[in-house]
Amino acid sequence: MKTLLSNELLENIGSQSGPHRELVTRRDIKKYAVAVGNLQSKYVEGDQAPPLFHIALFWDVVGLDALSTDGLSEDPLLPEFPLSRAMAGGSRIDYIRDIYPGDWLTATRTLTNIYEKKGRSGPLIFYEVDMEIINDAGELVIKEKKTSILR
Amino acid sequence: MTFSQRSEPFSVQLGDELPHREFKPDNVQLFLYNAILWNAHRIHFDETYTTEVEGYPGLVIAGPMIGDWLHQCVEDWLGEEGRLVSMEYSNRIAAYIGETLHYGGNVIALDSDSQEARVEVFIKNEAGKIVAPGEATVLFANKE
Repeated sequence: MKTLLSNELLENIGSQSGPHRELVTRRDIKKYAVAVGNLQSKYVEGDQAPPLFHIALFWDVVGLDALSTDGLSEDPLLPEFPLSRAMAGGSRIDYIRDIYPGDWLTATRTLTNIYEKKGRSGPLIFYEVDMEIINDAGELVIKEKKTSILR
Repeated sequence: MTFSQRSEPFSVQLGDELPHREFKPDNVQLFLYNAILWNAHRIHFDETYTTEVEGYPGLVIAGPMIGDWLHQCVEDWLGEEGRLVSMEYSNRIAAYIGETLHYGGNVIALDSDSQEARVEVFIKNEAGKIVAPGEATVLFANKE
């Protein structure tokens, strides 16, 4: 079978972005908890970060000139793929330690896999990005694997 | 990790249903969510662009916010009786501002030795279609 994945493209497996180190604040936790409609007081009052708060903490803050007309910025971790239309993917997240205001967390993202599958209406490219979040003691706090699909 | 003690045991049975809760996000909620992320993707706040350029029927509810509701489904049910240790989910179909979504789920596996349960959760739309399926693992507090 003819493949869309050149060796040059596959050489990107293993590339990393980060580490990014960020401070967890009570105010950001509150904002996040309110925005998602969370009902639990420990989150709404900012005493503890709810699950998925790390998405807000580590979303890339890029300059306005780095945003394209659709408002998105390029992910520096990703190579240029021969397919470009994104389809729904999935995530698996392991919550190992709780997160509290005052915590400094460091995230590193790794492109761990690129593979191809035959879809109903043509080839699909799958790629996986792992995010590992540790605290200042070097302990693992969150591990996430995100699978994205292009058609 | 410590868990709060409760006088009555939290009895979980295989097949138990998790409570349902409705969500009808509006522009304000969607804006606030993407603002705290710093996500400028126009399909979440610029209705003219979203419908005329991208061809969507309306503003697109952010996928990770729907993912968050799956987490809330588990935690609203679990309370302080245990801890959410993992979640696997995907955004299967898009949902738009104006739609009413709801969460729900049920217990699909129980292991009393390890005090662990697996819970299947979903976000459904008004047509009853699953917008986002998920599966979570929770660890119950030790009752000793």
